[in-house]
Amino acid sequence: MSAQNDIKSAQSVKDEMLSAYPTKTARKRQKQFVVNEPEQEPRQEIQANVRTLPGIITQRGCSYAGCKGVVLGPTRNILNITHGPIGCGFYSWLTRRNQTRPESETDDNFMTYCLSTDMQDENIIFGGEKKLKKAIEEAVDIFHPKAVGVFSTCPIGLIGDDVHAVSREMSEKTGANVFGFSCEGYKGVSQSAGHHIANNQLFKHVVGKGTTCPKGKFKVAMLGEYNIGGDAFALEELFTKCGITLVATFSGNSTYEQFASAHLADLVVVMCHRSINYVADMIEKKYGVPWFKVNFIGAEASAKSLRKIADYFEDAELKKKVERVIAEEMEKVKAELAVIRPRVEGKTAMLFVGGSRAHHYQELFKEMGMKVLAAGYEFAHRDDYEGRVVIPDIKVDADSRNIEELHVEPHPSEFRARKTKEQLDAMAAKGFEFRDYKGMMPEMDAGTLVIDDINHFETELIIEKYKPDIFCAGIKEKYVIQKMGMPLKQLHNYDYGGPYASFEGAINFYRDVERMLNTRVWKHIRAPWHKQEPLAAVFINETN
Amino acid sequence: MLLRHTPKDIKEREALTINPAKTCQPIGAMYAALGIHNCLPHSHGSQGCCSYHRSMLTRHFKEPVMATTSSFTEGSAVFGGQANLLTSVENIFSLYKPDVIAVHTTCLSETIGDDIVQIIAKAAEEGKIPADKYIIHANTPSYIGSHVTGFANMVKSMVKYFSLTTGVKDNKVNIIPGWVEPSDMREIKRLAVEMGVASIMFPDTSETMDRPQNGQFDMYGTGGTTIDELRATGDSLATLALGHDASVPAGELLNAKCKVKLYELDIPVGLAATDRFIKTLSEAAGVAVPESIERERGRLVDILTDNEQYFYNKRVALYGDPDQLVPLCEFLVDIGMQPVYVVTGTPGKYFDERMAEVLKGVPGAKFRQGAQADMFLLHQWIKNEPVDLLIGNTWGKYISRDENIPLIRFGFPIMDRVGHSYFPNVGYMGAIRLVEKLLNALLDERDRKAPEEKFELTF
Repeated sequence: MSAQNDIKSAQSVKDEMLSAYPTKTARKRQKQFVVNEPEQEPRQEIQANVRTLPGIITQRGCSYAGCKGVVLGPTRNILNITHGPIGCGFYSWLTRRNQTRPESETDDNFMTYCLSTDMQDENIIFGGEKKLKKAIEEAVDIFHPKAVGVFSTCPIGLIGDDVHAVSREMSEKTGANVFGFSCEGYKGVSQSAGHHIANNQLFKHVVGKGTTCPKGKFKVAMLGEYNIGGDAFALEELFTKCGITLVATFSGNSTYEQFASAHLADLVVVMCHRSINYVADMIEKKYGVPWFKVNFIGAEASAKSLRKIADYFEDAELKKKVERVIAEEMEKVKAELAVIRPRVEGKTAMLFVGGSRAHHYQELFKEMGMKVLAAGYEFAHRDDYEGRVVIPDIKVDADSRNIEELHVEPHPSEFRARKTKEQLDAMAAKGFEFRDYKGMMPEMDAGTLVIDDINHFETELIIEKYKPDIFCAGIKEKYVIQKMGMPLKQLHNYDYGGPYASFEGAINFYRDVERMLNTRVWKHIRAPWHKQEPLAAVFINETN
Repeated sequence: MLLRHTPKDIKEREALTINPAKTCQPIGAMYAALGIHNCLPHSHGSQGCCSYHRSMLTRHFKEPVMATTSSFTEGSAVFGGQANLLTSVENIFSLYKPDVIAVHTTCLSETIGDDIVQIIAKAAEEGKIPADKYIIHANTPSYIGSHVTGFANMVKSMVKYFSLTTGVKDNKVNIIPGWVEPSDMREIKRLAVEMGVASIMFPDTSETMDRPQNGQFDMYGTGGTTIDELRATGDSLATLALGHDASVPAGELLNAKCKVKLYELDIPVGLAATDRFIKTLSEAAGVAVPESIERERGRLVDILTDNEQYFYNKRVALYGDPDQLVPLCEFLVDIGMQPVYVVTGTPGKYFDERMAEVLKGVPGAKFRQGAQADMFLLHQWIKNEPVDLLIGNTWGKYISRDENIPLIRFGFPIMDRVGHSYFPNVGYMGAIRLVEKLLNALLDERDRKAPEEKFELTF
C-alpha cells in the first residue's frame, strides 16, 4: 500500500473510533489520535499529558507509582516508607523487576522490604503525623539507613499531614537523611507527575552532597535507566569494556551515594527522556555538566550512542576502544540477525507503553525487518512525540502547574563548565547536538497511527482493523491481547526476560520476539473437530 | 541474603508495618465483582488504585482483569468525584456495555466523603443508566480492615442491591464461597451437584478468571453469577456462608433482608471443614450424603493413613487470611503437623479465638493478627526457632530462600507459579491435592538433604 492509502485507511479507523464515543469523549480523544504524516508542514501536533477520561480503561497508573515505584524503587540503600493505608506499599513491593547488585553480602539492600505506616481510620480522622514519626523511628532503629524516603499516598494531602516537616524533624532526631515526597496518587495525570516529584526531591536533598566518585578519565552519569531485567547491568558491563566510568545511574542498580555524587560526572546522558530530562537540565545549570540523549535499545542505536559519548570526550584512544567494542559486538549481533531476520521479516508490531519505550523499541523491530503500524505512550508529553523543539509551545495546564518546577542557579563553588563556550560552539558547528530529542513521530512512517494514552476500546479496534503479529504493552494488557490469539510482549517487565539494553540485550530481544511469533502453541487454539471439513463429517455419518 | 536486615532480636513495633500479610479493601471488592456475570468493576479514586489492582489480579490469575477508574485529579480530590463518576458511567455503558457496574470506593473518595448512593441516583436521573442495566456500589475504605473486608463488602452489596423475596421458597441453597480460587468455586459447585443440591453460588469467578483460550477476547467471560440468580438468592432455603470474614456479613444481610436461614461455616479446606460443609449442606437441603462423596472422603483418609509418618510433628509457619488459615491449620493439626507460627494482617478477634482453639494442642504455637502481624515478624520467629515448612503467598519465597525452608504457595497472590486457578484446595479432592503438595515439599527436601548412604528409592 502507498503512504497515501495508509493515511486514508488510518483516517477511516480514526473516524470509526470517534463515532462510537459519547460527544465529549470524542472531542477529547480526537486530539490524542494522530495519523502520522512526518513530512507535513506545519508539524503535526498531538495532545499528551492530559487527563485520562474517567471510565475509559486506561493503561495509566498514578503519581505515587511513578515516584515510589519507578524512580526510587530501584535504589537499594534508601529506605522507603509509604505513608498511608497498606495497599500502595503492598502493590509496589518488588513488583517492578528492578534488579540490584549490592557490592558485598553486608551492604545495605532494602528493596526486598515493604515499609508502611498502614494508616487506620483513627489516623485519617486525627492525622497521621505522630504515627509517621514513630514509624520512621522504628525503621531507623531496625535498618540503620543513611537515607529514608517518605511517600505520601492519596489521603495524606487531604488530611494535611506535613511529611516534609516530619522528615526534617526526623532527620535531626535520627541522624539519617530523611526526605518526603508529596506524590499523592491524584497529583498530575499519570505516573509522569510522580517521576517529576521524585526527581525534584532527589535533586534538592541528595544530588551534590557527595564529594567523591569512582576515578576514571571519562566519567558519565546515566539518567533514566531503571535496570528492569538487568538492563543497567548490561550497560555497566558495556561501559566498563569501553573504559567509560559510570559515576551514577538514575536509578537502576543505584545507591544513595551515586545520586549524591552524580554532579561530579563530566557528562550526563539521558535514556528515558520523559522521566528525567529536567534533571539533566538542572545538573547542567547548577554544576556545568552538559547532557544529550542516548538510546541503548537496539544494536545500531547502542553503537550510535557509544560513538557520541566518545566524540564528546574528544579522545582518540577512547574512540578507538569504542570502535573496537562496537565491531566486536556487532559481529555477534549480525550473526544472530542472519538467523532471526528471515523468520520474522515483514511481520508487524504495535507498541503502546511507557514514556520512551514505545519509541526506543521501534529500533529493535526495525533491525529485525519488522514494521511498526502504531505506537503511543502511556504517560509521555508532547516533546516525547514531537521532539524538544515543541517545548516552548507546551501549555502548562492546571494539572501540570501543581508539580513543582525547581528554580536552579549555578552553584557558587561546585559549578564547573565541562566544556568552554568555544568548545561547545565548535562542536555544534560540526553538528554535535546537546539537549536533543527528536521524538517518536518524526521517526515513524507516514500513515502509521500515533495514539496517546490508548484505552481498551481503541486497542481492540486497531487490532481488529490491522491484525498486527505482535502487540507490545504491559501486564494489564497481556492476557487481554493473548486471548485474541496473538502474542503480547510486555515492555515494562519484559515477560521476566531481558536484559534488552545494549548489544547483548538486542540479541535477547530478537530471540524472544522470534520465539513468540513462531512458537507452535498458537496453532493449537482451534480444536481438531472444528478444523474438520463438513463433508468428511457427513461421510462418516453416512457410513455409520 | 535477600532479607539481610531482618534481625533475630524482636522489638515490638507500634507504628511500622514491614512486609505486610494483607492488602487493602478495594482489590477484594474488585475480585468479588469479577464474579458477577457481565460486570465491570469500577474503582472510584485515583487511577493508580485500579492499575495496581488489575496488575496484581492479572499476575495471580494470568487472565484479563477488566476494570475502570474514575481517574481522580487534584481537582476531583478537592471538589469531589461526582463529575468523574458520572462521566465514567456514560463512557462505560457506551463503550463496554456491561450489565452491571460495580463501584467500589478508595481511601481517597472515602476521605473526601463522596456519597455514591446519591451519585448513582443522579446518574439514573440524568438517564445515564440504560434500561435493565445496573450500578451497585460498596464502600471500601482502605484504612479499615483488609482486602478480605473489601471482598465481604462487595458481596454484601450484591445482596443489598439484588436479593429479593417473592414469598415462594425455592428449593435452592445459596453458597457464598468466600475469597477462593475459580477452581475452588467450581469444586464446591461440583460437590453440590454430587449431593443433588440445586445451588446458587455468589460470587462465582469460574469462567471469568479461568477462561479458555479460544482466540476470541470476550470482555466478561461466560461465567459469573447472573442478576436473576442474585435476585433469586432471597427465595433460597438456606445460605451457606463459607468464611467468617468474607462471607458471613452477606449471609447475615440476606437473613435480615429475606429471612434466608444462615449457616456459618469455614471454607472447606481439609478434612474436618469439608465434613462440616457436607454435613451442613445435607441438612440445609434435606438430602442424604451420597456414597460417591463418602468414597471421595475415603480416598483422602486413605492417603492420610498411608503417609502419616511424614507429617508427624513437622513445624509449619503460615501467613495469609483468617478464613483460609483457620481450616488449614485445623487440617495440619489433624494430620499430626504443628502449625507453630501463624500471622495475618487482617485484623479481628475472630482469628485469635479460633486459632486459640485450633492450636491449643500445639506446644509453643504463636499466632497474631493485625497491622504488626506481618511477614517480618513471622521471619523473626522463624529465625529464633526454625520450621520445616512455610505456607503462604508468593512473597514467602524470600524467606524460603534465605532460611532454606520449602514454601508451599497458598493464598493470594501467587504471582510466580500456576495451578491455583485450575486445581482446587477445597473439598476432599482439594485436600488430597494439599497432601500431595505437603508430601512433595517434605520429601523433596529429604531427598535433597539426605547423605548419599541414606538416600532412599521408595517412600
